Amino acid sequence: MGYFLKAFESKKRHNEIKEKIIRFFLIAAASVSILTTFGVLFSILFEAIEFFQMRSFWYFITGTEWSPGVADSKFGALPIFSGTFIITFIAMCVALPIGLGSAIFMSEYATPSTRNKLKPLLEILAGIPTVVYGFFAAITVAPAIVNFFSLLGIHASFNSALASGIVMGIMIIPIISSLSDDVIQAVPDSQRKASLALGMTMSETIIHIIVPSALPGIISATLLGLSKALGETMIVVMAAGLRPNLSWNILEDMTTVTVRIVDSLVGDHEFNSPDTLSAFALGLILFFVTLLLNIVSLALIRKFKEKYKINTL
Amino acid sequence: MNNIIEPTSEKHQSSQVVNNNPFYDPTLIKRHNKAKRFKFFTIASIAFAIGFLVFFLADMVVKGLPAFQQTYVQVNVTYNEKTIASPRKAIDKKYRRIVSRAWLRNIPKLVEVSPELINTTRKTWVLANHQIDQYMKGHYYKIKDKQLKLIQQMEQQANIKLKFNSLFFTHGDSKIPENSGILSATIGSILTLIVTMLTAFPLGVMTAVYLEEFAEDNRWTQLIEVNINNLAAIPSILFGLLGLAVFINLLGMPRSSPLVGGLTLALMTLPIIIVSSRAALRSVPDSIRQAGYGLGLTKVQVVQDHVLPLAFPGIMTGSIIGMAQAMGETAPLIIIGMIAFIPDSPGSIFEAATVMPAQIFTWAGMPERAYVERTAAGIMILLSVLISLNTLAIILRKKLEVKW
Repeated sequence: MGYFLKAFESKKRHNEIKEKIIRFFLIAAASVSILTTFGVLFSILFEAIEFFQMRSFWYFITGTEWSPGVADSKFGALPIFSGTFIITFIAMCVALPIGLGSAIFMSEYATPSTRNKLKPLLEILAGIPTVVYGFFAAITVAPAIVNFFSLLGIHASFNSALASGIVMGIMIIPIISSLSDDVIQAVPDSQRKASLALGMTMSETIIHIIVPSALPGIISATLLGLSKALGETMIVVMAAGLRPNLSWNILEDMTTVTVRIVDSLVGDHEFNSPDTLSAFALGLILFFVTLLLNIVSLALIRKFKEKYKINTL
Repeated sequence: MNNIIEPTSEKHQSSQVVNNNPFYDPTLIKRHNKAKRFKFFTIASIAFAIGFLVFFLADMVVKGLPAFQQTYVQVNVTYNEKTIASPRKAIDKKYRRIVSRAWLRNIPKLVEVSPELINTTRKTWVLANHQIDQYMKGHYYKIKDKQLKLIQQMEQQANIKLKFNSLFFTHGDSKIPENSGILSATIGSILTLIVTMLTAFPLGVMTAVYLEEFAEDNRWTQLIEVNINNLAAIPSILFGLLGLAVFINLLGMPRSSPLVGGLTLALMTLPIIIVSSRAALRSVPDSIRQAGYGLGLTKVQVVQDHVLPLAFPGIMTGSIIGMAQAMGETAPLIIIGMIAFIPDSPGSIFEAATVMPAQIFTWAGMPERAYVERTAAGIMILLSVLISLNTLAIILRKKLEVKW
């Protein structure tokens, strides 16, 4: 009997040690994600600090001339920020109404069977690699825009902000529609039925009851789409211009933060030159802006979840 | 409908009532029209999204299909010492310009493989120049009048024709359009994805298991949770900066290699795998765990032998979707140099390589018209792989998922 007890004890101890080891490995694996975030932050931060030791931070934020690669190189990123802003704005003008409209159709009007057919199609749209969108923007959309405006007698660039903005907007449609769809579906049915019972039409119910209820979620989806648009690289690398251009004309070529990052790292400059390091300074700005958008977006969706006590979103 | 009645009772009683419904709302028609317009707007937006998808796919197929065929010409080829020394001379001067330089360059190798060819002259189907190919496909071409006449003459004699383009699948990249293919990029993609899979899958599943099954609700756990959400939102290009600064500059891994590319993509895919694995683990009912503990199993045993196998289909689905996303990613790979010109297939994960989306990017930037169809064909192949991966994930989910 004593022997069995002893064997049992040792097996138990063996299990405990095993448990501890496994737990250790699991914690280590979970910490990789933290390591990655800080890895991204620090790898950008250190190089960016090096850049700002060479060039003034103030001129970087407010300067209007960006001329790398020449003897008296200047790094004023304002035209780059404006280009990014305009292209992103065009993208949101396309994505927001269409994405929201699709989401409302899918959750309010479509029968379950139509919905089941449409959802995978939108998922295909979401699964198209951005390099493919970029090719489409450069080879099909941009020439079409040039041709259309030349009919009106207006000159448009082959690298126009409009072409990349429109295609980027299409890329973002599924992001906005799928999240908005989830949120609209989560609005309690009682609200819908109460409104309809009071004699409101379907559209009035949606516009005045459902959308306001789902608003935090919809804003959250929009911010997420916005952050995706700001960080989108391939479409603008292939379809937008390289020239920093401080202009409001969406038919001119413009450049974005991501294009400049790619351009300064792909060229054969020395790694420690300000030309290369400027990529990290731009990356730092991009990192913080997208991080901020994401944090606000997550906070909004959490608020929505708490309001309606949903755990599945 | 101009008998507008105020719904006040006084007027209602005194006037001639056509519509004697006391709740009659004169704006009703307007409201219904508005409702119709709104519904039309939502239908139009979904129709736009789907319509774009159809137009886009059709556009790619129309642009890409010609690449699966290639023009060949039938000419006399002379194999002897002289032509091996300078392959240009193997073909009659008249035809030299319409034959692919890449094919001519290959003559010495051809003779080496089959020595019986030496000192003979044979009528052979030879790969044509890309301009000739574009002419045959009815695209924009740049050919001199003399050669154009020659080709038209050859067309009548049936000495020129389009054949299935097997080179596209057996060759790597090339500066000569008719000689370039997708093979080296495909192998690069496979090697990169293997690295990604081997890194992201165990890390992701372990993180999910820790967060769902083991973690106490403390600061560290919350930090990890917030982190994973933020990680998913970091623009992909910034992962490229991480790869460049950490893997290449700090750890000294070989530039442009599938190893660096795979690790960078793994960090990007991690959040997708973690989130879907957590959902899968959460869907396993607690009764399974309680039954295990009741029988005296340890926590590790319960998770390893019962919870994980039950959650496996969900985990697999998420991982496949994550892999599909990693496969289509380009931006971070450009930053770490995976857009180099790679004519030969990489033999290991340490050699310089390119991947399919990067190959598409490179071809899209080429000036020759012949690369446009190759780019579109590459896109067709990439998209069909991605769509089949996603379909596989959906089928897996439907077939294997246990309904509780």
